Amino acid sequence: MSVNLNLLIGLAMGLNLIALGSSRLPALIRTMSLQGVVLGIMPLLMEARFDWQVWLVAFATIGGKGLIIPALLRRAMRAANIQREVDPFIGFVPSLLLGAGGTIAAVALARALPLLPEHAGSLLVPGALASVLTGFILLIGRAKAISQVCGYLILENGIYLFGLLLIHSTPLLVEAGVLLDLTVGVFVIGIIVDRIQRAFDSLDTRKLTVLRE
Amino acid sequence: MISLLLIIVPIAGAIVAALWPDNRTRPWLLPVVGLAHVVLSFWLLLNPPVVAPDAWLAFDPLARAVLPVVSLLFFVCAIYGVAYLRVRQERANRVFVALLLAVLGLLSAGHQARHLGVLWIATEAVTLACVPLLHFNGTPRAFEATWKYLLVGGTGIALSLLGSFCLGYASLHGGGKGDLTFVTLMAQGVGLSRPWLLVAWVLLLVGYGTKMGLAPMHTWKPDTYGEAPGMVGALLAGGVTTVAFTAILRVRAVVNAAGAGAIADRTLLAIGLFSMLVAALFLLGTRNFKRMLAYSSVEHMGILSIGAALGGPGVGAALFHVWSNGLTKGALFLSAGNIRRAAGSASMDDVRGMAVLAPRSAMLFVAGLFAVTACPPFGPFFSELRVVRAALALPGHGFAVGMFFSCLLFAFFGLTRVVFGIVDGRPRPGAKAGGKRFVESAGLILPPLALMFLSLWLGLFTPAVLQQAWSAAVVQLFPSP
Repeated sequence: MSVNLNLLIGLAMGLNLIALGSSRLPALIRTMSLQGVVLGIMPLLMEARFDWQVWLVAFATIGGKGLIIPALLRRAMRAANIQREVDPFIGFVPSLLLGAGGTIAAVALARALPLLPEHAGSLLVPGALASVLTGFILLIGRAKAISQVCGYLILENGIYLFGLLLIHSTPLLVEAGVLLDLTVGVFVIGIIVDRIQRAFDSLDTRKLTVLRE
Repeated sequence: MISLLLIIVPIAGAIVAALWPDNRTRPWLLPVVGLAHVVLSFWLLLNPPVVAPDAWLAFDPLARAVLPVVSLLFFVCAIYGVAYLRVRQERANRVFVALLLAVLGLLSAGHQARHLGVLWIATEAVTLACVPLLHFNGTPRAFEATWKYLLVGGTGIALSLLGSFCLGYASLHGGGKGDLTFVTLMAQGVGLSRPWLLVAWVLLLVGYGTKMGLAPMHTWKPDTYGEAPGMVGALLAGGVTTVAFTAILRVRAVVNAAGAGAIADRTLLAIGLFSMLVAALFLLGTRNFKRMLAYSSVEHMGILSIGAALGGPGVGAALFHVWSNGLTKGALFLSAGNIRRAAGSASMDDVRGMAVLAPRSAMLFVAGLFAVTACPPFGPFFSELRVVRAALALPGHGFAVGMFFSCLLFAFFGLTRVVFGIVDGRPRPGAKAGGKRFVESAGLILPPLALMFLSLWLGLFTPAVLQQAWSAAVVQLFPSP
């Protein structure tokens, strides 16, 4: 289990860096979507025998993070009719350097925390910490609402990775909480993005009528 | 079972409100459900139910110590809401009324949650349910405030989930079976893995501290309180922050049981003093009276956090302060909402002479100012006095007490500067363009007045049953070995 799982976690960490380096929104959203699918496969690798709760988490993750949310984000992008450039506060090279440094720090930090024997050698903790850090960099370092939402999603993905450590022991409740939060959160955020744009639009047209006379 | 009605009744009310066809009569659902909730919660306050130790949701001593005040605050705000929504006939209120009731139900769930996961889900749901309430006014500024609330609040809630996972892993690493009720976690005590416990404490404090509005995670507060309707601000400041505070108290009890109570105390004291300092400095600078209330709220969250850092007597004082602050802040927010409507602006650059334009609201606002800055004989004076006494009873807290008093003094300067700036003077000519004079109807004046009287009553005649409820909550959080 561990080798394949670690491979996928490594892939997710690589996608973090790609997200930090993306200069265009569609590419960023595609990265997010791919990361969602990768995360969704992970619980299946961790579980040898069939457990419907684990399959539910996997399907919900692939469907939610991999398909629905990216589709919503694309829709919001089209509806708001915004430019496709990402508009960074923190430039791409500095954010990549920060992200790489953060990943190394995450690996170092994870060593300080004791793990259960069955989780030893797994990259789940460093992967989770690195994703949370990447999410923060995107949240702080990007100007556009949609790229901030992507940052928030990467942050959530990190938390999901951490939750995988607990997937056997805690009731479904905690897992359901993650998914519920995620979908609803982005739903709301998506609506807000839409509304912000509309509010500004109406403001613009009003300005045009004021200037008429 | 009755304790579950506290959750079910408001949620059912929310569904009814969502289906109710008439915009004019719908707001009446607010006081009806609010009254039922108050009756239920005070009945439970007087007749505390027996709590099954493994219950996920129950009216336990901690819920008993704080939930009734949230219920009371909601009821008074609901009466105000009827009058307020009559003034705002032009806007559809279906979503607003339904979500207000849903928030009440979810707050009841959050206060009663005895399971780490349930607590988190309730807090998360409250956060999301508040979003449409904030942009009820529909202005671009309200949208901006909502966006910031969602981004900062969402990040906070995400971190508290991460913290919950870490606490879960601490339990698992220590040989736990994955049962995340607070009772089990406290019973596990020193068996919890210490590194994970400390990581969990930091993350949960930052996460729930964001919801509470402790500095430096308070940045959403001024924008949100500045743009939200007054009654929503009152509920956020008195209800939503309280649920986050009880969450911190519950987690703190686990940390204490695990033998790391001293670390938790130090962090709570530091973050509390820092919040008071930040709030006091910003209070000296702000020119907007609704943002001023937000900074005042940050200050009082700091006081709660300091109280929580001072052991049993301090926590008791903090629970008292939850009551006095919630009621007083409610009166301030509601009267500030009236003044904002009468003046057409919230900045002291444009607003002057409110003692003439809206005399009753202005009078309430000034009375609220004295109450919230801890002038006797209002509730906050006595609760803050108790916090100070708890601090002085412990060795080595002299510096903290000195800083506490200087922050209170600066906050007093800041608040009086703004409040008298808008109340005194001659009204600006043509300040209210459009000419429609604001009518201080009974529905808009009596609720804040009632809250002021409740605050006064709490200070002068603190009922024995409340004292007993607070000490029972302290016993729950610090069980004697």
